[in-house]
Amino acid sequence: MSITYLEAIRAAQAKALADDPRVFIYGQDVGAFGGAFKATKNLQQEFPGRVLDAPISEDAIVGSAVGAAIEGMRPIIEMQFADFSTVAFNQIVNQAATLFWRTGAPCPIVVRLPSGGTMGSGPFHSQSMEALYAHYPGLIVMTPATVEDAYSMLLEAVAIDDPVIFCEHKFLYYHLKAERLPETALPVGRARITRPGRDLSLVTYSAMVHEALAAAEELAAEGAEIEVVDLRSVKPLDTDTVMASVARTGRLLAVGEAWPWGGVTAEVVARVAAEGFNLLDAPPQRLNAKDTPIPFHPNLWAAHRPTARSIADAARKLLRL
Amino acid sequence: MVETQTAREVAGEKVAESLVKAFRWMLLARTVDEKMANMYRGGRIHGGVFLGRGQEALSVSVGMALRPGDIFAPLIRDMAGRLAFGEPLLDSVRTHLGSVLGPMRGRDGNIHRGRLDIGLYPMISHLGAMISVVNGALLARRMQGRTGTVGATCIGDGGTSTGAFHEALNQAAVERLPLVLVVADNQYAYSTPTQRQYACANLLDRAAGYGVAGHAVDGTDLRACLNVLQNAVARAREGQGPQMVVATLLRLCGHGEHDDASYINPQLKESAVGRDCLGVAERQLLEVGAATPEQIRQWRLEAQQQVEAAVAQVQQEPAPDPFTERWEAIRTSGLLDHFPSA
Repeated sequence: MSITYLEAIRAAQAKALADDPRVFIYGQDVGAFGGAFKATKNLQQEFPGRVLDAPISEDAIVGSAVGAAIEGMRPIIEMQFADFSTVAFNQIVNQAATLFWRTGAPCPIVVRLPSGGTMGSGPFHSQSMEALYAHYPGLIVMTPATVEDAYSMLLEAVAIDDPVIFCEHKFLYYHLKAERLPETALPVGRARITRPGRDLSLVTYSAMVHEALAAAEELAAEGAEIEVVDLRSVKPLDTDTVMASVARTGRLLAVGEAWPWGGVTAEVVARVAAEGFNLLDAPPQRLNAKDTPIPFHPNLWAAHRPTARSIADAARKLLRL
Repeated sequence: MVETQTAREVAGEKVAESLVKAFRWMLLARTVDEKMANMYRGGRIHGGVFLGRGQEALSVSVGMALRPGDIFAPLIRDMAGRLAFGEPLLDSVRTHLGSVLGPMRGRDGNIHRGRLDIGLYPMISHLGAMISVVNGALLARRMQGRTGTVGATCIGDGGTSTGAFHEALNQAAVERLPLVLVVADNQYAYSTPTQRQYACANLLDRAAGYGVAGHAVDGTDLRACLNVLQNAVARAREGQGPQMVVATLLRLCGHGEHDDASYINPQLKESAVGRDCLGVAERQLLEVGAATPEQIRQWRLEAQQQVEAAVAQVQQEPAPDPFTERWEAIRTSGLLDHFPSA
């Protein structure tokens, strides 16, 4: 048996619905249709009355999730694409993110964001929004890179008493496979050393973990031992694991699929520079997508985002510094 | 014949009783609002002061039509409705004067206050954003099998222009939720007159567009407001879906106390829409014999005493302390992100 990243997300939702009567799913086309990506396939039939189709009203979808949470439910919201969450931005950052601080009431909602680029998806179906949400206090932002993490972290997200922005990467949906669903998991908020090494720390998350691993493999043939750190969640950000890695390698390359201004990679570099300056043998570096909207054509798209090749190039440069 | 007579008397008594109740909440709301305005002018208030002057009849009718267990998400001019719904007078005074004992503990202020334990939802500043929150609460209750409760929320003419308003009213209609949406068409959104806000003849026209029931009311007329809101809330409670109430009235103050409202057309002030609902209510009380002028004088005095006592109490209360404050925006302490201190 093998299970894909997407199937793991569906399985986690099925388990959450089965285990907790307070859980329900609300989003566009999530009902009988099973969702644009089939992440909720058959769930409406299996859990009648608990998987609800919503009108195309992202603001109202998230606003109503907050109201349902106030009344003791634990809604899972599916945004059809992460990009459309900008329409719900106000409800996410001003309503959901402030509720606990203002009132002391928990706001246990999960907003699933099918994130990141896939070939031919273009400017409005490809975005990575994690930095925007991580910027706001009151939100937890998860960015799973593996099938196992997609499953266990989504279950954790439902169990957490705070709003969770769950950035699931569409590029990983179908081709990333695991043999079985995990029974144990690292705690949320803990990064993972995916590949150990002693020459350079590649700190990344989500789909870029796999590009980073391919780059590390390429560089291994050249004699460089690259350590790959998968952040798993960008908020909270596991500074300790990153710092320990940099202490071992002396070199930091932070890689993200999102745009270069600010963001997760800038945060990683800032923390290492501020707290671990003396651990560094070379200036810390970052690699991101280009500072343009995300292009439609596969040729342009492949050059727009970091890839194994561009990561390997950046790592080579850093190793020479 | 005799029975009809009795029924009429009972009805008359009930009308008198609810007029008195409503009037006394309105009086208390007006009194505390004016006290806050005075203290604002004296520089004793943190943040802004927004009054319900001219909107008390509408607001109190919302609060009185609701029952314990219902949900109320008020807006900025709903002191009267809040009191009638069950908010303690101290909540307003405490948030305005910055007491840490207020419901928001100094973390949010004044008109943003609420009490989730009694179903009083705290508004955020973004207009229209509370409607879908109430929808979600009602949806949750339906899923939990809790029926018979209603959610009401208030907004102004300006708020009806937001995308959030449209999304949420449509959502409520699709789900046929027991939502009562109360629009105070008070002629100005801050300084913008209704001609620059909407182009339909009446905001009520929109109800049909969303597939929800609409109710028009003269917002200066307490008796009319009480009737219309009772009716709208009862229909929502019976399962007849969302109800939209549009009240026509004039805001008898600035947007906030920082605003002298010099833009308000003087002709509007002289017109029927510019009547002070508190004065209208007082005349209605006297007309139906529900109160004597002496009683009203006494109630006014009592309202002032209540407000003065609340202010005196709150002035002795501590302010929030940055040193003991928990600077944590999430509940799950194990998931706090740690930043190096500057």
